Amino acid sequence: MKEIRIHARAGQGAITTASLLGYAYFLKGMYPYAVPHFGAARMGAPMNAFVRVDSKPVRLRSQIYEPDYVIIVDPTLMRGFNCFSGLKENGTAIINSKEENLELPKLKPGQKAFLVPANEIALKTIGRPLGNTALLGGFCAATNELSLDVLFEAIKKRFADKIQEVNIEAAKQGFEFIKNKIKG
Amino acid sequence: MKEFLEGSLAVAKVIQLCKPGVVSAYPITPQTHIVEELAQMVADGHLNSQFVNVESEHSAASVVLGASAAGVRVYTATSSQGLFYMAEVVFNIAGLRLPVVMTVACRAISAPINIWNDQQDAVSLRDSGWVQFHAEDIQEAIDLHLIAYRLAEDKSMMLPVMVCMDGFILTHGIESIDVPTQEQVNKFLPDYQPLYKLDPANPLTMGPLVDPEYYMETRYAIDQTHKEALDLIPKITAEFSKVFGRNYNGLIEEYLTKDAERVIVAMGSVCGTAKEVVDELRAKGKKVGLLKITSYRPFPAQKIYEALKAVPKVAVIDRALSLGSYAPLAAEVKAVFFGKTKKPGRISSFVVGLGGRDITKDSIKEIFRLLTTKESACCEYIDLKPELLKENYE
Repeated sequence: MKEIRIHARAGQGAITTASLLGYAYFLKGMYPYAVPHFGAARMGAPMNAFVRVDSKPVRLRSQIYEPDYVIIVDPTLMRGFNCFSGLKENGTAIINSKEENLELPKLKPGQKAFLVPANEIALKTIGRPLGNTALLGGFCAATNELSLDVLFEAIKKRFADKIQEVNIEAAKQGFEFIKNKIKG
Repeated sequence: MKEFLEGSLAVAKVIQLCKPGVVSAYPITPQTHIVEELAQMVADGHLNSQFVNVESEHSAASVVLGASAAGVRVYTATSSQGLFYMAEVVFNIAGLRLPVVMTVACRAISAPINIWNDQQDAVSLRDSGWVQFHAEDIQEAIDLHLIAYRLAEDKSMMLPVMVCMDGFILTHGIESIDVPTQEQVNKFLPDYQPLYKLDPANPLTMGPLVDPEYYMETRYAIDQTHKEALDLIPKITAEFSKVFGRNYNGLIEEYLTKDAERVIVAMGSVCGTAKEVVDELRAKGKKVGLLKITSYRPFPAQKIYEALKAVPKVAVIDRALSLGSYAPLAAEVKAVFFGKTKKPGRISSFVVGLGGRDITKDSIKEIFRLLTTKESACCEYIDLKPELLKENYE
């Protein structure tokens, strides 16, 4: 079983992110359960979305406290929350940030953190600072959980026409950004 | 066909397949997505139904009451305060013996305002005369809607059915769902043929003033019908299995209870988490199990008796309260065994997950652990924060 926790503010597309991620796993023949958890139930309030995925149907309905992966859609959340809370010893964080020197909590030896300028990628490709698909591309590169193709399939199912095209481009650029980082 | 669907959209899809003639609802979190989707289907011409926009839940319930009385299949959905605002009409619908099907996206009750999940809304209306099903997962939720229409419209029943699904956890959860086909639904659910209907050509009165000479018998009749439903529900679910290939008995599910020394009794999505914990503890050699109650009304007392009579220790989980008294489900499970020779050595009561407080595997493990230590006289609260209870009036 793999557990993914998404940190965002309401309105930043965390549910879409969780749903695309879940759908990509679904296309792989896995059993995902994606669910949002709202905070103050208004735009801008910190909220989480969760994806729990297994090779058999997921029955566990609790929130995720010990994620394998965290996706941080809004890095300003890190000021007030420990978004790394409970991250597994060998867990990976994907963070939406253009600040290469973003201050991160001290990582354990097996933990990894990747920064992706997802909003900048989104501004260039989509025309709006909605970095979700770029982050998901980054997720694929950072974790090897999903191929870029299966992510594209999920994006195609969700969006049509021009929106589909630009989101696929954003995902591709997010993917390549992290691939290049890994290559050094 | 398997689809990756949000719970609310899955419910809307299955309602579409049931072809209600009239849908009326007023939006309330976390029910909103269901009726939004149905409204969209009607607007797009994908559902040939009259969607009646109303200004309140009281009116939504009144519209489906009227439409059902006029002889068409109807649907509505609500949550929490919305259900309470409907309450007067909810009792009337049962009293009029109208086969309305309603989804309750279970949510806590105000005050204080809380949009998150518990089951106080549905449980508070347990005495309304409606059949009340509780779903563990999204698949079961949509399947129960099909079963609900079959049951409600059966000529021996003619009673409304509430399908309760935990708000957010199931309404906003997205998982792999086997979506029924129209062909399957047509095979399982025939067109609705009302026994009586309001018709200007053949005038009749429904729900007139009934004086003390007659009233008691109308209430007795509903109670009797509920008792008969305990036999009818498994017959309908057996037919359901033949068409859709999924097995439910519609009343209870026994999960590893046969040789169990400790069993948790629960309703709704918490049963999934409990099954996970049961498997983990079983792997460590602990004899534990889960008894899931699907049908809260009618209350399957005999089935519960058979399932638990040889279990030494039972814990009942409530996600609702009867403030000032015993937790509702626990009180009823205890009542099953009053005066019986064969019974659990102890039946303890636990309250968890009110107002969306997360129920973790640890919460369930704590309940199993407490069963080995002591018996709680009344409700034991799990994951309560004592530090929040200190009052300071200065």
